[in-house]
Formats: sequence, C-alpha cells, structure tokens
Amino acid sequence: MMTVFSGYVIEKRLVPSSTSFVIVPLVSIILALLVGAVFLVLSGHNFWEVYKVMFAGAFGSIYGITETIVKAIPLTITGLGVALAFRMQLWNIGGEGQLYMGAFAATWVALNFSDAEEWWVLPLMITLGMLAGGLWALVPAIPRAIWGVNEIITTLMLNYVAIFWVDYLVYGPWKDPNGYNFPLTAPFSPAAILPVLGHSRIHAGLFFGLFIALLFYIIIYHTRWGYEIRVCGESPDAARYAGININKNILLVMFVSGAVCGLAGMAEVSGIAHRLQHGLSTGYGYTAIIIAWLSRLHPFVIIVVAFLFGALQVGGYIVQTSGIPSSMVAMLQGLLLFFVLGGELLTNYRIARKTPAYSSGDDAS
Amino acid sequence: MTAPYLVELKNITKRFPGVVANDGVDFNVRKGEIHVLLGENGSGKSTLMSVLAGLYRPDKGEIVVDGTRRVFRSPRDAIKAGIGMIHQHFKLIDSLTVAENVILGDDSTPPVLRLQDIQRKLEELSKKYGLHINPSSMVWQLSLGEKQRVEIVKMLYRGSRVLVLDEPTAVLTPQETHELFHILREMAKAGRGIVLITHKMQEVMEIADRVTVLRRGKVVATLTREQINRRELAWLMVGRDVVIQYKKKGSPGNKKVLEVDNVHCLSDLGRPCLKGVSFTVHSGEIFGIAGVAGNGQRELAEVITGLRPVTGGKIMIDGIDTTGLSPRQIIDRRVAYVPDDRLGTGLVPGLSAVDNFMLKSYRQSVLRRGPLLNKRAAYQNSRELVKQFEIQISSLDAPVKLMSGGNLQRLLLAREITSEPLLLVAVYPIRGLDIKATQSVHNILLQQRDKGVAILLISEDLDELFKLSDRIGVIYDGRITGIMPAEMTDVEEVGLLMMGSAGTGEMAT
Amino acid sequence: MNQDILVAILATAITAGTPILFAALGEILAERAGVLNLGVEGMMLVGAVCGFICALQTANPWAGMFLAMLAGGLLALIHAFLTVTMKANQVVSGLALTMFGTGLSGYLGKSYVGTALPVPFENYTVPVLGNIPLLGPVFFQHDPMVYISYLLVPALWFLIFRTKAGLHMRAVGENPAAADSVGVNVFLTRYIYVIAGGMLTGIGGAYLSLNYVPSWMENMTAGRGWIAVALVIFATWNPVHALWGSYLFGGIDALGFRLQTLNVLVSPYFLKMLPYLLTIAVLILVTRRNMVNRIGSPRALGLPYDREER
Repeated sequence: MMTVFSGYVIEKRLVPSSTSFVIVPLVSIILALLVGAVFLVLSGHNFWEVYKVMFAGAFGSIYGITETIVKAIPLTITGLGVALAFRMQLWNIGGEGQLYMGAFAATWVALNFSDAEEWWVLPLMITLGMLAGGLWALVPAIPRAIWGVNEIITTLMLNYVAIFWVDYLVYGPWKDPNGYNFPLTAPFSPAAILPVLGHSRIHAGLFFGLFIALLFYIIIYHTRWGYEIRVCGESPDAARYAGININKNILLVMFVSGAVCGLAGMAEVSGIAHRLQHGLSTGYGYTAIIIAWLSRLHPFVIIVVAFLFGALQVGGYIVQTSGIPSSMVAMLQGLLLFFVLGGELLTNYRIARKTPAYSSGDDAS
Repeated sequence: MTAPYLVELKNITKRFPGVVANDGVDFNVRKGEIHVLLGENGSGKSTLMSVLAGLYRPDKGEIVVDGTRRVFRSPRDAIKAGIGMIHQHFKLIDSLTVAENVILGDDSTPPVLRLQDIQRKLEELSKKYGLHINPSSMVWQLSLGEKQRVEIVKMLYRGSRVLVLDEPTAVLTPQETHELFHILREMAKAGRGIVLITHKMQEVMEIADRVTVLRRGKVVATLTREQINRRELAWLMVGRDVVIQYKKKGSPGNKKVLEVDNVHCLSDLGRPCLKGVSFTVHSGEIFGIAGVAGNGQRELAEVITGLRPVTGGKIMIDGIDTTGLSPRQIIDRRVAYVPDDRLGTGLVPGLSAVDNFMLKSYRQSVLRRGPLLNKRAAYQNSRELVKQFEIQISSLDAPVKLMSGGNLQRLLLAREITSEPLLLVAVYPIRGLDIKATQSVHNILLQQRDKGVAILLISEDLDELFKLSDRIGVIYDGRITGIMPAEMTDVEEVGLLMMGSAGTGEMAT
Repeated sequence: MNQDILVAILATAITAGTPILFAALGEILAERAGVLNLGVEGMMLVGAVCGFICALQTANPWAGMFLAMLAGGLLALIHAFLTVTMKANQVVSGLALTMFGTGLSGYLGKSYVGTALPVPFENYTVPVLGNIPLLGPVFFQHDPMVYISYLLVPALWFLIFRTKAGLHMRAVGENPAAADSVGVNVFLTRYIYVIAGGMLTGIGGAYLSLNYVPSWMENMTAGRGWIAVALVIFATWNPVHALWGSYLFGGIDALGFRLQTLNVLVSPYFLKMLPYLLTIAVLILVTRRNMVNRIGSPRALGLPYDREER
C-alpha cells in the first residue's frame, strides 16, 4: 500500500473493478485528445476545429462511415490475429509483415491466373494468403519454441524484410508496364476482386473479420485448444504440469495468428487496392497491437475498438488537407495507450480511505 | 534486574485488503535476551516483523528504539536504527558474490568498490562468531545453511543490535539448528537482542528467554522462561487443545506401485542432481522422503511425473516402465501430483476455479461435447468438489489467486484425488498452512492411503513425516542415505542421515 | 579489394555503428536495472528530430545534441512512470512509447523534411593515434561524438561493475526485493537508469540526423532502435561487447551502401534486408550460446516491483 496523502492509500483490489473496464478507456480517449490538443495549439492550429473536422469526416456522412468501416476491416482482422498470440504471452509484433506476405501470396495467385474467370480464384487467394502469413509467423515461432529466442525482436525485424520484399516486387519484376512507373502491379481481373456492399468500398473482408471474431470467441472459451492456450498464457509451468505441449501450441498459435494477419493482407489487395502496391498498409499491423491491448484481447471488443480506430484514421486523413501531418494519428494512438496503461492502475488498485477492521483470513503472514 | 528495551513495538495494527494481519500488537526486545515470537502460520508473525524491519508501514501504532519514537519509511531506516532482519526466504542476490551481497545498501561503502578491503573485514567478522563463509564465492553456489550465515554476517556488518530471524530452522537439519542456537546465544551474551520467529514449540522450550504468542493477529500472552509450559503454549497458540492423533487403518499392501531404480538427473543449472536414487512405494503405503530442502526433492518428484528428463536408471509405475514418458502419458497412467509450487504450477492463478478443476481432465470424454468443452458438466463437477472438500470460495468464476492457501491446497488435492490415482506424489503439501488446514490435508492423504493409493510424501517437516509415513527415506545430495520403517527410527537418526552420515537403518534397495 | 576502399568502409562502419552503440548503451542501463524499454526506436526518432531542429535554429550541433538528450530522457521518464510507479506491462508501455515517438517525430519534423543541416559536426584527427596507418583513419579521424562514445564504453563498464552505484543497479535488476530489504531505493534506482538510458538513446538518434545522414527524414532510424535492443542480448548486458556488436551492424550498413554504389548485381532491396536478417541470425545464435553458458538476462527484467505484493 502506498500512502498518497494522509488518510488515503492506494491498495490492491481483490477483484478488478468492473466499472473501470468502461470508464478507463473513455477517460483515456478524452485525455489523449487533450494532450493532442496541446500539440495542435503549439503548432498554431485551432484544436477544436481540427477535432470537429475529424469527427465529421469519420461519422458525419454515409461516405465517412463507410470509409471508417473500410479502415476498420484490416484493423479488426489484424487485431484479432495478434490478440490470439498475446493470449499465450507471445508478443507477435509482426502483424504488419504477415499482412504484406499475405498480400504478396494473394497477388501471386491473381497475377498468375489473371485470365481465369473461375470461382476458385478467390478461395485460392485466401488460402495462399493465409498460408503465407502463417509461414512468415512460423519463422520467428520456431526459434522461439526451440531455444526461447525473443520473438518481439524477430517478428519486428521480419516486418522490414517483408516490406522490402514487396517493394522489390512492385519496383521490379511485378511492376505494371502500363503503370507510368509507379510502384504497383497490374490491376487484378474481376475474378480476383472481393465483392463489395452496394456502391460503397466496403468489401467482403468485413465478414472475414466478423466470422473470425466469432470463431476465436468459441475457440478460446469453449474448446480444449482454447483452454490450453489460456493455461499456457497464464502459467507455462502449470501447462507443463497438466501435460500440455507448450512448443506445439507456440507453433500453432503463431501460425494461426500470422495466417489471420495474412488474410488481412489478402483482403486489402483484393478488396481495396485491387493490386499490390508500395505502402499497401498504413501500419495496420502496429495499430492492431494497440487495439488488441485496449480490448483486453476479447474478440468482440476488438471489433468495436477497431471501428473507433478506423474513425481516427479517416479523421486524420481528412485533416491532412488543412496541414495537419498524418503522423498526428500515430501520436494520438500512442498517447491513448499511455493513458490506458496508466488507467489500469485504477482497475487493479483503488484509492481508499483508511478503513477500520476486516475479519482475519487463515493465512495472513 | 531487567535490561533496558532495545526496541518496543506499541499497539501495532496492519491491514491488508480483506485481512487484519496485526491487531493492536505489543512486542519488545531487551538487551541480551532471546525473545521468541510464537504463532501458527497466518497468525501475523511475519507481518509484525516486516513492520519492524521497515518493509511494511503500520496503519496504527508506534515503534520505539532506545526510548525514542521512530518512523521507518523503508528498510534503510530500520537498518540505521540497528534492526537486522533475516527473512525466511533469503534476500540474497544469486549472481553476486558474498562480499557484494554483504555491502549492498550499506552507507559506509565508498563510491568505488574496494572489494579486497571488504573481503578482509568479512573474514575477521565471520571468524569472531564462528560463521564460516568465503567472501568471494558466488551466492548461487552456496548451500542453504551457508546462505543463512551470509544473512547473519550481513546484519552484523551493519552493526545490527537487534537481530530478527524468521523461521530460521526450516532449512536446517536438527544438528545445524543446535549450532545456530549456539551462535545466537553467543550473540545475545555479547549484548544484542535476538528475536526468533517460529511455529515450533520445541524451539521455544530450547532457547527462549521470553516468548510472545500471537494468534489471529493478536497477542494472547507474553511469558518468561519460568512460566513456559508446553501444553499451555500449544493451547495459547491454537486456541484449543491440539492432540492430533492420526489413525491408520491396516498395513500397506504388497503391490509395488512405484519402483525407482538407480535414477539420475540434472539440476536446472545442468549439474548432476539425483545421483542414483532407488526405492519402492507399495499400494496403501505412505512413503515419506525427509531431507533439507534443495537436496533433490523437487527434482525427484519431477522425474517421476515426467517433467524432468531422466539421465540414467529406470522408473516403473504399476509394473510398466515409464522412464522418458511425457507428463501427459504419465498422467494417463493415473499418477496424481501435488507440486510444491501450488499457485503457478499446480494451479493457474489467473483462471477460475472451474477452469482449474479441469486442468487434468479437460481432455476426457466427460467434459467433451462434440468439438467443444462441456461447460455444464464442468460446473456441475466443480460444485460437487467444492461441497465435498469444504472449499470456501466466493464464486466459481473468480480467479483462484484470490483464495487462501488452505483452500487452494484443498482445491488442488480435490482435483488430483478425483482422478482416482494409483500413485500420489505430494511435495511439501502443508507448507504455509495453518493447523486446521494442515489437519484437513493430512486427513485427505490418510484416507487415500486407506483406499489403497501409493503415496510419495516429500516434506521438510519431520513431525509430519513421523505422523503419516509408513516408511521414511532420507535424501541427501541426490542420494537416499537410508530407508527405515517410521516406528523404528527417531528424529536424531533421521537428522544425522539428513546431513549425509551413513545410517544404521536398512540401506536403499 | 583496394586498401583505401576497405579503410573507407571500416571508417563508415564506425560512424554507422555509433548511433546504435549509444542506444544499446542506454538500453543496457535500463535493463541492468530491471526495466525493459522497447521504446528505443521512438526515443531515437524524437532525439533525431529535436536534435535536428535545435541544431538548425541555433546553428550549433552541440545544442542539438543537448536537446536530443533531454528529449530522450523525457520520453524515458514516461516509460519509467508507467512501468515503475504504475506497474504497467513493460512490453506494452515500450511499444506505446515507440508508437508515440514515431508519431511525435513525424509531427514535429513535418516541415523540416529534406532540409540540409548547415552546421554538422567537424571531423578531428586525433594527434599521434590518427596518423597510425590503417587504424588511424578507421578509428581516429572522426567527429567528437565518436570519441565520446569511445570514452563512454569503459566508463559505463566501470560504473556497472566497479562502483557502489553499479552494484545497486545490478542488485535492483536481479532481485529488487533483496535490494529493497537492505535499503536500496528500488524505485529511484530504476527511474535514474531508465532516464539515463533514454538520454543516451536520444543522443544516438540525434547522431543520425546531425552527423550520419545528416538531415531529417520521417522514420529515419529504420529499425536501428530495435537492432540496439537485440544487441543488448548479444552483448550480454556488457557495454564492452556492445561496442563490437554495434560496429558489426554498422559494417553491414556501410557494406550494403557501398555495394549499391558499386553497381553490384543484387537488388538494393535485398541489400536493405541484410541488417534485419543479420539481427535475427545473431539473436538466434546468441540466445543458444547464452543458453549453453547459462547467461541470462537480469533476473527481474520485465517485472514490476511491488513491495507489499503478497
């Protein structure tokens, strides 16, 4: 217990406060926006105007809302992907690279079967996209399982490698000859493009996200495999004690985590860009980490948080026209995570008046 | 005539969420006396001493040193006031040398270390009190007894006038305990005040000048040497008569359930740990393993349950060779295991009671419904176990880390026993439990024995071993130094074997 | 290979390795005290942008360095507050710091992208040493920051292993409860070394924008902060080993750059992958070696300390 000022102490809660699960994120958003406002004011902007434009841009029109959903799709999918790994205390920071590898494999299918008008093109893109993302995640997972090599660093390093690999392709062998020398491939044929909702840009990837959220919910809370993941994540010693094969689960979970991020890449090329290009992702794999953590790794909460972050990105894009650098969004995201981390103290501890006696338990020493 | 008080604790109250650990406690130490603080686990002894050592700040009450009121904001303040605490779990840093550990945090250390000077000083100090240690050894290389000596030297080096020892004999053989008590008497004679914390009445009888008995966070009595009476102490400590007699039904069977044959294994540091261990446990038998902690007990349990690879020898369970099988295959051979690390290995702290109850059984068809887990069956099963084993629990869905030690151990035992094991391996099953919880754990073990389960009981508590075991084996330095029927040996003989002397009993077969 | 080219590559290896060295030294301090700070990349970026802007405004690279140091320390203070006082998850807090630092540096530096620095550090040839053939031009014809890093390495080694302060640092990183029980202030110790680590990291970032490049580009660290984190494991938390490791990575950087200008028939994108692939390979080898030799990270690394945790 830490004495704050006389008469009050910070003490650990026996049960984490349930109201603060809601209040902490809300207060954190407000505080992050306030600190962001300070930076805006210092650089000569009217923060109120900026936030108003951002909000209107994301929610103020049908177009805005559909764009927010469009951004939320890759965020949801990658958020779910990394959250699965986090469940097992595997810090998969490589969602970005896995996304690019998924996009790469899907593009390979689309470019090599560009004449095919067959139904199997999309399923093949999905399968190979997921396989590529999964295999890419296995690269760090294998040394992690065998020798305990720090996966934070290896997954992150592979992001750079994957991005350079895609750059190599779009600047080199896969460059569209009719693309005016821009770093992008030829456009996909219609058979390789995901169907969209009405006239919006919302594509079938939305259903991938919703489906995976439901699937993960069932796996984690209602299957034996999910149970094993939860045990491994909470206590590896107990997992070994219970006869659970931890290494097998490290490989499996990382593979699935990577595969899901790979699917996000497939959905981006097939649903939005309709081609592979330089800068395909605006750091979705990194934002996914924040989303997963803010959602406390709960699959359904991830959808909601991803939607909010989609709105932030759309808003950030809109205000770029009035001279606000796009990096403000990354800054706000970092700030938000700071406040949420600080707020966890309020979830697990409480400030209390020094209170009179409790009854004695049976092991208090 | 009485010597002046070195330290007085007045009306100390300390609360933790949900618990009042100390409730208006008065305690003091005179110059040159050994004052024993007696109480069962959970009575608030360690909390009180942590207040004295500046680790906890009391919610109420005051600390008076040499007649002056003091406030300890941190351990540093307590040390400056001349109070040296020797914790039950040693506060030493494994990767540093003895000398580095001793000078750590000491104000007189110059900014740039001169380790040679310090080592010379230490050698003098340890010679003076007969505490033999090599200042340049790394701490991780030391035995538990040696680590304890480092702790004592560390406090003497700081000029502590009051030495507080928390359960110091838990890691010592009976003979080492005598030696420690001799050193403590010498130090008391030299004018220091000694506080000894224990739950063993025998130690009070042996060494106390005064004794203060703590029960449920309150002082129930402070007695002088002349007033001490064993029976009364026990009554004061527990609040009722404790005449625990366990009745074993019948004699062990003769079916060999566990056969350990010349087994070798490595420690976590990759050095030889078990060096040829052999013994047999029969159905309906409790086979106790005695020994000072750190002589291969944990590793023995892990080797049998498949958690640690065997580097030589053979293990048979129920007549089938299980050497090298995975933990899961051994669980499937109906081996139950109560590990020493209850919360963290035996139980998953962050998961609910329901989830913990199915840790071993979640693969079984009873808990399956197609590809999914049968949650309804899991809840049903959990509710029954909670009732049957009288586990106090606020909710089946709350994380188990919030439960008390006794309840955790009942939960763990309940789960392990319902698997209807042939063999139960229990390591330090009563560590940290109060008398009531201890009794209920012991009763469960005896019931299992009477049902015909073979039990390997690894313990550091000789009382427990003598009460429960049919036979006792002693482990020292990775070897079994003797195996005797419990009724044909005594504490003295087992104590000698625990130090590695060859025994008079039947040797390992 | 021509000897001049070799000397040039090796000399570039030193300058390319210096920002990584500063960052790795900073991270060693924090980790020795038991705090994992994955915000190195973010702190370097903010150091780089602050150093650049300040040097540009004041026309004094030293002022730039100084501000970069403050900025790095300030960001590290956030991490220290969250992980030491608020006991937040160190991995997540570090990631948040990297994200915030990346965003902040981009925000602050928006209008400076591509501006050239009129006042870079000047190179000085060290008397006598600088004239030794081969070694002189490789090691002793650099700017003052390189020489400062030379001095810093033995100084930090001495601090960690030979002083009372270093003993406290190691004790807090290995076993905070034990250190606390003898009166070492765990919280203060952790704050000091996390912040000091952030300051060195900030300098590392500013070295990029003030000397190695020298100009400001968004995300100009390009993962060097993460390489520094990996280097700390390679260096087994020892400043002297961090020196060799940094120059190894600097060498790869310099080599890749040199090969591009020589028109080698390898795509520049593959050359750019090299440092990252090398990091992974080295990390795997080192983790195995450390496992065999039983060298571990500071025992309490990544764990918050709570005195009354029961």
